[in-house]
Amino acid sequence: MSSNASLLLKNVRLIDAGQNRDEKNLDIFLRDGKVAEIGSSLNLPADQVFDLNGAWVMPGAIDLHVHLREPGFEHKETILSGAEAAVAGGFTSIACMANTNPVNDSAAITRFILEQAASAPAKVLPVAAISKGMAGQELVEMGDLAAAGAAAFSDDGKTVANSKLLRHALEYASIFNKPLLCHCQDNDLFAGGVIHEGMISAAHGLAGIPTLAEDVDIARTIMLAEYLKVGVHICHLSTATGVRLVRSAKARGVKVTAEATPHHLFLDERAVVDLAYSEDLDEHVRPQQLRYNTATKMSPPLRAAEDVTALREGLADGTIDAIATDHAPHEATEKAVEYELAPFGVVGLETAVALGLRLVTEKVLTPLTLAARLSLAPAAILGLDDRGSLTIGKAADLMIIDPQREWVVDPGKFRSKAGNTPFAGWRLPGRVVKTIVDGRIVFNL
Amino acid sequence: MVFERKDLLGTRDLSAIEIRSLLESAESFKEIAERPLKKVPALRGKTVVNLFFEPSTRTRTSFEIAAKRLSADAVNMSASTSSLVKGESLLDTVDNIQAMAPDILVVRHRFVGAAHMIAERVGARVVNAGDGANEHPTQALLDLVTMSEHKRVGPGLTVAIIGDIAHSRVARSNIWALTTLGVTVRICAPPTMLPRELDKIPGLIVCERPEEALDGVDVVMMLRIQLERQDRLLFPSIRDYARVFGLNRQRLDLAAEDAIVMHPGPMNRGVEITSEVADGSRAVILNQVSNGVALRMAVLFLLGGQGHE
Repeated sequence: MSSNASLLLKNVRLIDAGQNRDEKNLDIFLRDGKVAEIGSSLNLPADQVFDLNGAWVMPGAIDLHVHLREPGFEHKETILSGAEAAVAGGFTSIACMANTNPVNDSAAITRFILEQAASAPAKVLPVAAISKGMAGQELVEMGDLAAAGAAAFSDDGKTVANSKLLRHALEYASIFNKPLLCHCQDNDLFAGGVIHEGMISAAHGLAGIPTLAEDVDIARTIMLAEYLKVGVHICHLSTATGVRLVRSAKARGVKVTAEATPHHLFLDERAVVDLAYSEDLDEHVRPQQLRYNTATKMSPPLRAAEDVTALREGLADGTIDAIATDHAPHEATEKAVEYELAPFGVVGLETAVALGLRLVTEKVLTPLTLAARLSLAPAAILGLDDRGSLTIGKAADLMIIDPQREWVVDPGKFRSKAGNTPFAGWRLPGRVVKTIVDGRIVFNL
Repeated sequence: MVFERKDLLGTRDLSAIEIRSLLESAESFKEIAERPLKKVPALRGKTVVNLFFEPSTRTRTSFEIAAKRLSADAVNMSASTSSLVKGESLLDTVDNIQAMAPDILVVRHRFVGAAHMIAERVGARVVNAGDGANEHPTQALLDLVTMSEHKRVGPGLTVAIIGDIAHSRVARSNIWALTTLGVTVRICAPPTMLPRELDKIPGLIVCERPEEALDGVDVVMMLRIQLERQDRLLFPSIRDYARVFGLNRQRLDLAAEDAIVMHPGPMNRGVEITSEVADGSRAVILNQVSNGVALRMAVLFLLGGQGHE
């Protein structure tokens, strides 16, 4: 179906934080790739009409943090396979990090990513590196990259250790209105670490990554933004202290935003030694290896139970603006190695929204705050005013959710090339059944 | 005998009954070392592969002698000659060895959980001979055998473990086994080598200074300091470490009058322990080595012997 076609979604529950609207029995009319009309009992001629029987319609989720691995690591994921995974999980826009090979530090690479993404089902937003080669030495050509279509700047996976360089990056990027997405980590405190430094690392002899490694760098990043009076975004908060630092910075007016991942919101360090510690896993898809399973290895690591509690509080009160996946696909054989040798990272695109629904059933979020964390806030952080909400005239990017459709996470059925999820065997309460991008149905369960 | 497990991967999950069974069995194997013909046919026709991904002369030799005294065919495979240098994954290496139908794999690896990973992969029984800083169960069990020769190992006994706790699998396996048996364990290390949140483990007493740890203690277990760790900013110098944490005669005088001194070896004489103490009358360090063979015979026998025919 072409994007100038029209689509009428009947009998939906619209949940849109941008309009502060959670309303049942509505019809939504999409035309020319945009939201054209919202009302009850709309009687408009449309190319396609769906009676959705009370299903939820939310703005398409926007992921501030994915790794699509192309160019360079196409065996892990491609822009196309990553975008297919995205729409299968309800994401209509995804910001892809620069740690490809070559690194996305030049307009040519940004253009390549956009070209590859032209035929992909989701909107792909290339994030350019902050420093050339992500080496932390020299700034990339931010003006050229912004003109080529870079949506943001980040040396994700590494931190810009040189504070003067980070200062200049924050100052220079601000004129293009493109955010800096900061992976906060003190490299020396982090070095050699494998899992959270805590009870499990102490008991099992795995080298610890202290919360301190993240917290000192969050403090530094906030201080820079405060001093320079510019905005900054903190990637994947994982610690209680990090939440406290962001909360107090926001209270004094610092333009800081933050994201958290579903895995940090649902799992703590105990998962490293027992993947089934918190869940009754479905026996058909549960992983054989529950202890030292490398699907629990990511950076930042799964933290202590009290950190998870603090993240949930921060997500509920808005200290944490966005849920982002940090989708980090790896080939199965790359993860099927000794725990200490395994690469960091887990996939998340196909489970994040459903885990978000679980946050609603667990009363951490309301449906409206979930929509804010998944769509409205990420759009605002990236300065995308054509999406993130379903007000009339915005892009018809949306997800249709059946909140009663329980399902079991089965990595074997992922659209992503990779299955490195710590949630295999989880029963989730609802799922995305259709995803629409620019008025086109790009995923249909 | 109460030992029904397929593998021996650690002491963390062992019950007191299982530990006691292993110790009793080791007692019965001690006597074989005294015979003129040090061999029993218990594992005749069984193949034991010593799969060492990390160099270790003593542990490997101890397992090899144990296997041979049980009449098993013992084969050694070490990392330097293994396929790891050729870029083969651990699981591929293990699949290849499994294809040769061994009965027992004795695994030493520098990374945590390697033995567990192998145990889940293969039908052969797996003995963890040390995985990273995680576990070294046969060392802890042979330490218990040695302690039992002098003390009643149970409630009322106090053991001090002093040294690089953070990087020590010997310390961890001893902590689990001793606390399971109700022994009081005191831990002492430079703060840079003391894992955070170790104090959350029940039954452990963390002491700041060795003097505190040694006070009236029944067993002193000194750990090896890995000299190369100096590069990692963990302590200022060997000299400083020896001065603050080393076991010398004056410090040993703080322990109970009949206290015994243990060390898993290899020792750095003059660093964590003075020669005077290491060679003194209270040291049982060589008994540990002798008991290692008996204990490993017990482990191999219980895993691969008649009970599992």
